[in-house]
Amino acid sequence: MDGGPLLREGNRAHTFEKESSRMIEVADLRKSYGRFDAVSGVSFTVGKGEILGFLGPNGAGKTTTMRILTGYMPATSGRASVAGYDVFKSPLEAKRSVGYLPETPPVYPDLDVTSYLDFCARIKGVKPADRKSRIDRAIEKARLGEVRHKIIGRLSKGFRQRVGIAQAILADPPVLILDEPTSGLDPQQIIETRDLIKSLGGEHTVILSTHILPEVSMTCNRVVIISKGRVVAEDTPENLTARLSSKGAVRLEVRADTRDAFDALREVEGIVTVNPRGASSGNTVLELQAQDGMDIRAAAARAIIGANIDLLSLTQVSLSLEDVFLELTTKDSVAIPEIAPAEPPIFTPIARETEPVRAEPARPEPARMEAPPAPDQNDSPKENN
Amino acid sequence: MSTFTNIGAIVRKEWQHYFGSPIAYAALFTWNLLFSVFFQFALTYFLEASMSPQGGMGGAPKPNINEWIFRPTLMNMAVVALFVTPMLTMRLFAEEQRQGTWELLATSAITDWQIVLGKFLGAMSVYALMIATSLLNFAVVFFYADPRPEWKPVLTGAVALLLMGSCFISLGGFLSTLTKNQIVAGILSFCLFLAIWTLSWLDNPMSSEPVKALAYLGVTGHMEDMVKGVIDSKDVIFYISFIGFGLFLTQQSVESRRWRE
Repeated sequence: MDGGPLLREGNRAHTFEKESSRMIEVADLRKSYGRFDAVSGVSFTVGKGEILGFLGPNGAGKTTTMRILTGYMPATSGRASVAGYDVFKSPLEAKRSVGYLPETPPVYPDLDVTSYLDFCARIKGVKPADRKSRIDRAIEKARLGEVRHKIIGRLSKGFRQRVGIAQAILADPPVLILDEPTSGLDPQQIIETRDLIKSLGGEHTVILSTHILPEVSMTCNRVVIISKGRVVAEDTPENLTARLSSKGAVRLEVRADTRDAFDALREVEGIVTVNPRGASSGNTVLELQAQDGMDIRAAAARAIIGANIDLLSLTQVSLSLEDVFLELTTKDSVAIPEIAPAEPPIFTPIARETEPVRAEPARPEPARMEAPPAPDQNDSPKENN
Repeated sequence: MSTFTNIGAIVRKEWQHYFGSPIAYAALFTWNLLFSVFFQFALTYFLEASMSPQGGMGGAPKPNINEWIFRPTLMNMAVVALFVTPMLTMRLFAEEQRQGTWELLATSAITDWQIVLGKFLGAMSVYALMIATSLLNFAVVFFYADPRPEWKPVLTGAVALLLMGSCFISLGGFLSTLTKNQIVAGILSFCLFLAIWTLSWLDNPMSSEPVKALAYLGVTGHMEDMVKGVIDSKDVIFYISFIGFGLFLTQQSVESRRWRE
């Protein structure tokens, strides 16, 4: 029995109050298949109105965790609750609080969009009086207006995906769990879907899993990175990237050949490595890796200008989320890995394969005689012109 | 209250699948075609028998319409049900699994039992519609025959046919939960139904007790009395327990799938 509208809303409001900050709680969740652990001890919480990005390589346990949260399958051990309802002890209440979009949109190809949503509304316990308005609202939010009377089987992948999203938001549940909501969409649709998800945050609590990392920085408040069934990191996208970009790199574009630029930068304090990132028509792009916590931008600029080289651009490069992600998921360590501790500044020019310049990174200080430029370039910079 | 809403929603959706695809039309067509063929044969035999002057010895009793037309037609349709019901049941669960829509059902606020019952009732109601439409053939006899044939044995016969077919439907639903491939489910169902049907043949006075027990499970045998117009509670109980057992297996299979995945 669904109860009247007031009663139901009242219940929900009450739950919200009790669990004001935690809409989703997962504690030490495990799922084993025989000897194989798909999920081994995952814990995290999601606050009300948050959008949590769930990241991980294929087979990391994202889908399994989501399926447990939605009540699709039971966990081997651990606790999971949604909107204050334990998904194992009160599965129906928990399911009623969750809208779920599985990896493949769960649509019936032989129904048309409206009758499909009508069926969903019925089994999701939407009251008959609200059914029509809820369906209209979901169609509007998922921008399905033009296809609302079309047979789903004849729709494109993008539209099917949106029908799946419409189904998830249909009953206006407090929690949304979206498994790769943008997979298979074209760039325009991806942008629209992200905007839709962003607009759902605040009002709804959202977990979304994805492979597309920029998506996470664009839409999510928080990221949980999961690998081999374990949480390896949990933070805001900004913090995650910041933690690695403190070892920040600086990208320089100069009008000089690689050798000259190297020499100009040799004496700058705080530079750990200089990597050529490409050269074209007399311009060279270099990436400088600084020592921890050192800002080398000003010094590098001065050195370049001092060597009478034209400085075309200078930018701080923060490590992209891709780098963070790869760092975290390809290593076994749980902590954020450190980049090799900085020794006394040495030039280790690791040029691209095509670069003929560097042969061996000179370890002993002055032994850099292979190249033509004079060793006294610091003393007589003007002579170069 | 929400139990009925949920079951109703599933029934409604199954009807949309049946009638949104050729399945329901093919089943209705096959059933009605074969029904009218058997009816036609029975009618011809009956007419020949009633025309023939002697009918065995002297003033033989007039052939009875119920006995000569309705009963054989309904009994023959029991065999047709064996072919037609797998068409209705094979996709019930297999297709949900293949399409990934099972994930929608399993994560909505609807219990496994409600899904299982909804799907069973959805298929059963199409089958009931098949029986109802085919009974129109008999209406002609009621219209022209004099004296009027008895309608009660026709009704109990139709109910018997419905109950017997429902046994197949509940079992076919179970078999559909075992695979993602509806063709496999269909073939499995057909073979099993055929095996169950042949069980009735084992029933003869000479058989040993275990064989008789096996023969008792043959679903068609339990129709005979009801088609004659005799409702024996043991037959009704047999059918209802058979259906219940099939539904129980279905629900167990659906539930265990959650643990296996």
